[in-house]
Amino acid sequence: MTIEKFKNSQMKILVCVSKTPDTTSKIAFTNGNTKFDESGVQWIINPYDEWYALVRALELKEKDAATTLHLITVGGADAEPIIRKALALGGDEAIRVNAESTDSYYIASQIAAVATEGGYDLILTGKETIDYNGSSIGGMVAELVGIPYVSLATKFELAGTTATINREIEGGEEVDEVSLPIVVSCQKGVAEQRIPNMRGIMAARTKPLKVVEPVATEALTTVVSFELPPAKAGVKLVPADNVAELVRLLHEEAKVF
Amino acid sequence: MSVLVFADQAEGHIKKSTFEALTYGAKTAALLGTTAEALVLGTVSDDLTTLGKYGITKVHQVANETLNHLDAQVYAKAIADAVTATGATVVIFSHNQTGKAIAARVAARIKAGLVAGAIALPEITNGFVVKKTVFSGKAFANVNITSAIKLVSVNPNSFHTAETGGTAEVSPLNITVDAAKVTVAAVNKVSGEVPLTEAEIVVSGGRGLKGPENWGMIEDLAHTLHAATACSRPVADTHWRPHHEHVGQTGVQIAPNLYIAIGISGAIQHLAGVNRSKVIVVINKDPEAPFFKAADYGIVGDAFEVVPQLTAEIRKLKG
Repeated sequence: MTIEKFKNSQMKILVCVSKTPDTTSKIAFTNGNTKFDESGVQWIINPYDEWYALVRALELKEKDAATTLHLITVGGADAEPIIRKALALGGDEAIRVNAESTDSYYIASQIAAVATEGGYDLILTGKETIDYNGSSIGGMVAELVGIPYVSLATKFELAGTTATINREIEGGEEVDEVSLPIVVSCQKGVAEQRIPNMRGIMAARTKPLKVVEPVATEALTTVVSFELPPAKAGVKLVPADNVAELVRLLHEEAKVF
Repeated sequence: MSVLVFADQAEGHIKKSTFEALTYGAKTAALLGTTAEALVLGTVSDDLTTLGKYGITKVHQVANETLNHLDAQVYAKAIADAVTATGATVVIFSHNQTGKAIAARVAARIKAGLVAGAIALPEITNGFVVKKTVFSGKAFANVNITSAIKLVSVNPNSFHTAETGGTAEVSPLNITVDAAKVTVAAVNKVSGEVPLTEAEIVVSGGRGLKGPENWGMIEDLAHTLHAATACSRPVADTHWRPHHEHVGQTGVQIAPNLYIAIGISGAIQHLAGVNRSKVIVVINKDPEAPFFKAADYGIVGDAFEVVPQLTAEIRKLKG
């Protein structure tokens, strides 16, 4: 397929977004430590989904206006302000799968069902959500749809239907080449955070937000309980003119070297 | 019924994070009253019988050169086939870069529940409950896996390697390997440095260092401790240091034995990337810096005076 032909064939991009507590939220639990305490919590778009996956998709659409850009989230009606906020940055329409789950297989199955039906060329996710930190949705969606997956991308370039992706490895990066369709999980480096403008916010109000019911599937994990880490004993301060004492404490007490 | 540990290799060598996963697998097998086996994909130069010292009885190797490079789709199929061939009911990965690429794919392929980022052995008295970090290290969740086959990926640096002695039997595994769709055009390793996510000690600098020209003392200290260097987000954003050194909520998350933060105030987003460190040392001239609340040891003082002394004292200690 030539680049010209591809441009006319209207690339379709799906960006997965998740609702997460703001990074500065106080983390607490209720119901005998089985439920996250949502009182007073500010909700945001998961930063990896917003800053990197969504913004890179917007850049691709700005380069080629024929591109279709859809957003998807799996969540209850309370996720809608977040998806409207994402639409304020850009994108043509959003899809909310009307289901709530903490199981990544269940969530990925919902996204995969929409993705398979929609025939997307490129599916972007953040590298993980800042609440469950599973780093799992992208890989699972790729497997369920049956297409390649490149994880932890720090750079994403597209020429025609060939993607060149820098992927984080231990102590460096690997440059991968792969043909669409693909799933990519994005992190810092892929794009730069954007702030929505008033025009975008107004436009987002009237963009289509489709609600679809979940496909039948099962959760393979359940959260039994949460716990908070034990409180720190408090910092041991050493006077600035006695650095030797710090070294002694680290060597003899903490035994870290 | 056995425990199968995916033994991750790079350039023919088994990775350090894998030894933790092997130990985790052997201890899980002991809990379940079964044996722990390992799976190696690709050709390696290491002697695989030595994986026995982590409690592994048998190493299955698919010595196919296609597997020397990671294509998550090809790997997932190979691992899923190996799970079937070996009859494993528990599969262990490291939650390192490779684990993040493949464990979830394998989970979806064989419809097995996955706990990604485990920090403790499973509790098997009532189900198969694994503790993992959530909310970027600010809390833990105990997660029960309800599927017949259970997958766990283990957070690097959260489980100590134990060597028990012993030799593993190495056995070739014949499975069909698909052609890779992802091709590797280049590998850019940061040479001469300790990889950040594998480092046991990390020395990190913030805006308090005033400029990139002052990083020499950070590097000297890191070199003395055989540590990796890191930085805060503003430092990476102003290009004083490369982005891959940025630790924090939106950068690299690390869990070293010792984290030394120099001239970093300790914003909550930074803490989210480092709060799994076992011991935190903070050096800051501002006694009100929030980082002191999260630290184990601290010095309120001028980094430009304290850090060279610290390096000298450690050199003295190490002779």
